[in-house]
Amino acid sequence: MKVRFTVNGHAATVEGDAEMRLLDALRDVLHLTGTKEGCGEGECGACTVLLDGLPVNSCLVLAAQAEGREVLTIEGLADGPRLHPIQQAFVDAGAVQCGFCTPGFVMSTYALLRDHPAPSEEEILTALEGNLCRCTGYVRIVDAVKRAAVQLAETRLGEARARARETA
Amino acid sequence: MEKRTTLIGASVPRPDAVDKVRGEARYVDDLAFPGMLHVAVVRSPHPHAKVLSIDASKALGEPDVVCVVTHRDVPGANVVHVIYDDQPALADGVVRYIGEPVALVGAVSRRAARKATLEVRVEYEALPAVTDTRRALESGAPVICVPAAAEGGGNVFNRMVLVKGDVDTGFGQADVVVEGEYETGYQEHAYLEPQGAIAVPDEAGSMAVYASMQCPFYVQGAVAKALGLPLAKVRVVQTTTGGAFGGKEDVPSQIATLAALVAWTARRPAKLVLDRGEDVLTTSKRHPSRVHYRTGAKADGTITAIDVDVVLDAGAYQTLSSAVLWRSLVTAAGPYRVPNVHVVARSVATNTVPNGAFRGFGSPQVIFPHESQMDRIAERLGLDRAEVRRRNVLRPGDRTSTDHRIEESVGIAETLDRAVVLADWAERLSRVEAFNKTHADRHRGLGISCVLYGVGLGGKAPSLDKAGATMKLEADGSVTVAVGTVEMGQGLSTAILQVASEALGIPMERVHLAPMDTSRVPDGGPTVASRGTMMAALAVLDAARKLRERVVAVAREVGIPDAAAAERWSEIARAFWTRNVDPAVEGWAKTEPVSWDPTTGLGDAYPVYAFATHVAEVEVDLATGEAHVVDFAAAHDSGTILNRALAAGQVEGGIAQGLGFALSESIPQKEGRLVVNGLTTYRLPTIRDVPLNARVDFVEAAFPAGPFGMKGIGEVPLMAAHAAVARAVAHAMGRDPARYPLDPPYVRELLSASA
Ligand code: FES
Ligand code: FES
Repeated sequence: MKVRFTVNGHAATVEGDAEMRLLDALRDVLHLTGTKEGCGEGECGACTVLLDGLPVNSCLVLAAQAEGREVLTIEGLADGPRLHPIQQAFVDAGAVQCGFCTPGFVMSTYALLRDHPAPSEEEILTALEGNLCRCTGYVRIVDAVKRAAVQLAETRLGEARARARETA
Repeated sequence: MEKRTTLIGASVPRPDAVDKVRGEARYVDDLAFPGMLHVAVVRSPHPHAKVLSIDASKALGEPDVVCVVTHRDVPGANVVHVIYDDQPALADGVVRYIGEPVALVGAVSRRAARKATLEVRVEYEALPAVTDTRRALESGAPVICVPAAAEGGGNVFNRMVLVKGDVDTGFGQADVVVEGEYETGYQEHAYLEPQGAIAVPDEAGSMAVYASMQCPFYVQGAVAKALGLPLAKVRVVQTTTGGAFGGKEDVPSQIATLAALVAWTARRPAKLVLDRGEDVLTTSKRHPSRVHYRTGAKADGTITAIDVDVVLDAGAYQTLSSAVLWRSLVTAAGPYRVPNVHVVARSVATNTVPNGAFRGFGSPQVIFPHESQMDRIAERLGLDRAEVRRRNVLRPGDRTSTDHRIEESVGIAETLDRAVVLADWAERLSRVEAFNKTHADRHRGLGISCVLYGVGLGGKAPSLDKAGATMKLEADGSVTVAVGTVEMGQGLSTAILQVASEALGIPMERVHLAPMDTSRVPDGGPTVASRGTMMAALAVLDAARKLRERVVAVAREVGIPDAAAAERWSEIARAFWTRNVDPAVEGWAKTEPVSWDPTTGLGDAYPVYAFATHVAEVEVDLATGEAHVVDFAAAHDSGTILNRALAAGQVEGGIAQGLGFALSESIPQKEGRLVVNGLTTYRLPTIRDVPLNARVDFVEAAFPAGPFGMKGIGEVPLMAAHAAVARAVAHAMGRDPARYPLDPPYVRELLSASA
């Protein structure tokens, strides 16, 4: 079986059997090992990636289901050496301990902040309740999400100002 | 004590977080080696059985299968070396728990390996199994463990006693006596990264091991023993470790041994990574316990005596149970001044998965009882629960239950005062009472808990309490540091960089911590017992002192004044190189002497103690029995804090694990079978279950022999949190729970009993 899809903006072709999970296609075939397997049963969210913009547990998705679609993984966020503002916020807030849950949390946060640029606490909890972290007690993760929202808003404002100057 | 300056205590962001947020940190399952095989384990389906025969022929005929390994293929000693060597690497003749490894399949893919395990035919003859400690202790119960490991006779692995003063006299002086029976069950570590190891045959007949772990030197010892190799021929490298909490203290010795046996047989690299279900079912957990606790107190609340009986369910093999039991024994009195103490502690063998280390290490099992007893005394005497603790907590100059006179760094009273302020205790109590008067469907409750934790391995294993570090001045002035304890998420690597940078007087960016590799540093003992950072930091300070001396000498030779050394550091480093000065130093540290007499249980048990007080507020739905933590305050004395954000992170994480232990985490066991389906049925706290408003503070009673005055923190938060939560639920219900977890069915049961 051959599956073609886009990963982090690049075309990818993956060969495997019908049972191959999207998680295996990413980790074992494409060597994108930033996406983690914490449980393989849809409970921990460590394997979260975006499929056509929606967060999914890649351990519950078959590779075949990604045919022709767009996948975004943790490796697709940073701009070269520059961290994505969400990643930077996780570092600054001290939201990372062992880090095994981190890629999943960052991806869930990415989807959240795209849809809710200024999320309420309730929206944050709803977006992240499918991601488990055993180390941090979540306190600093929530803080990171809030910091990232502020940072992204500032970036957008800066860009809007720059555009306004250009058109003026 | 070293002078502390700006870097010590600062919330420096962790450098390793960058790799982790990018998805670039390499955990063991992210690594592969050319020709690498995948290992799957054939496990016993019986709690106790004879193994009559193993037939691998069908499995060997399966596509992609390269080898099947049984006990007959073990080149060295067929054991998982921990303390007693009673556990075979691969069953030889008898299996003693469900999930015990019997054979290994090596195949070119993980799926092929796992599939082929079904084709290994093992014939068993069931033996009578003993799966509960009550039965195991009955006279006439079949002995189910390896008799040589049962020092206590029968199924009793170990029996330890502690006798201080005279309890009969003590109870005679008491105005009230309270007595209780307390039980706790399994707690699963649920580190997000499952167990895993890769063994790679290396040059000259040596073996390299890459693994997720806390104790590389344990793994080195275990692999060398099973392969029959000298220690020098086994090199162990720690991969980025995705959480451990004690679960990667002894278990990686087993995982790595199994991977190494396949690698050795097939002469190819071999990887064993457990899947989550397998990890939860077959690796160690917190020991289930039964504790009987009797406390006597005077009318003013001062405790006169305690009499405690502790039974831990060790599972089928010794692993670390003797050490865990010891901590139950010496922690049984908590952070309180108790003149008359009698404790008997037994670890008992059953045909269940061997239990091992879990954050707190035998102490949570006695903390739930000692804090419950404290509240009950307060209630009987009509005293405030914080006040009764204040009257009993250890002060400098007091003696612990093991008769250890402690003079310095005794901050328990300060943590109590601080936590009471942080929680606004008295005010909050009246708010809770007002809330309960006006709500018929929900009740609130407030709980408080005080704990003591001996930092390090103490009198049970003094020869493990040491640490080494190496430090190398590179020709450009940067410095490479290596230590013998590990980063597992807790922040050790950041703290070590801070300490090295502070001690050398150069920026943190100029210091690099090399990956943990046993060939790079001397055996520095395990990363356990909240000792990792303290011990490694002491060794780093020793190394930095030596390196600085040399730097000063070389600087003088080339005419650079001391005061300018930091600015002209790279120039000095260059002079090392041109003048052929040895740029490498070794640091070494060991703890203050400890002493412990096994006949009385008395002695200076630990070099130093950490303390904490937690206050939790919960809301209990009286109809559903659901309890939710709504407020939390935590005050810790871990001596000087090296990095405030990291330390607070440890506390916040410990609170979550503690509330999980108290409220939701448990695994029923039926005839040796754990009734659990990975994380699907094991309820971990989610982001909705934790107190995001937790207030955390540190009182910092400096420990003069610690690096910059620090002691340890890792385990303490969990230990204090569960009891604060449990006692808050008790307060809300007006009932005293006798077991964990306080999940909805049990809370409903208690509530209906009180109606
Ligand atoms: S690995 Fe997919 S949810 Fe846990
Ligand atoms: S940081 Fe370890 S699981 Fe979240």
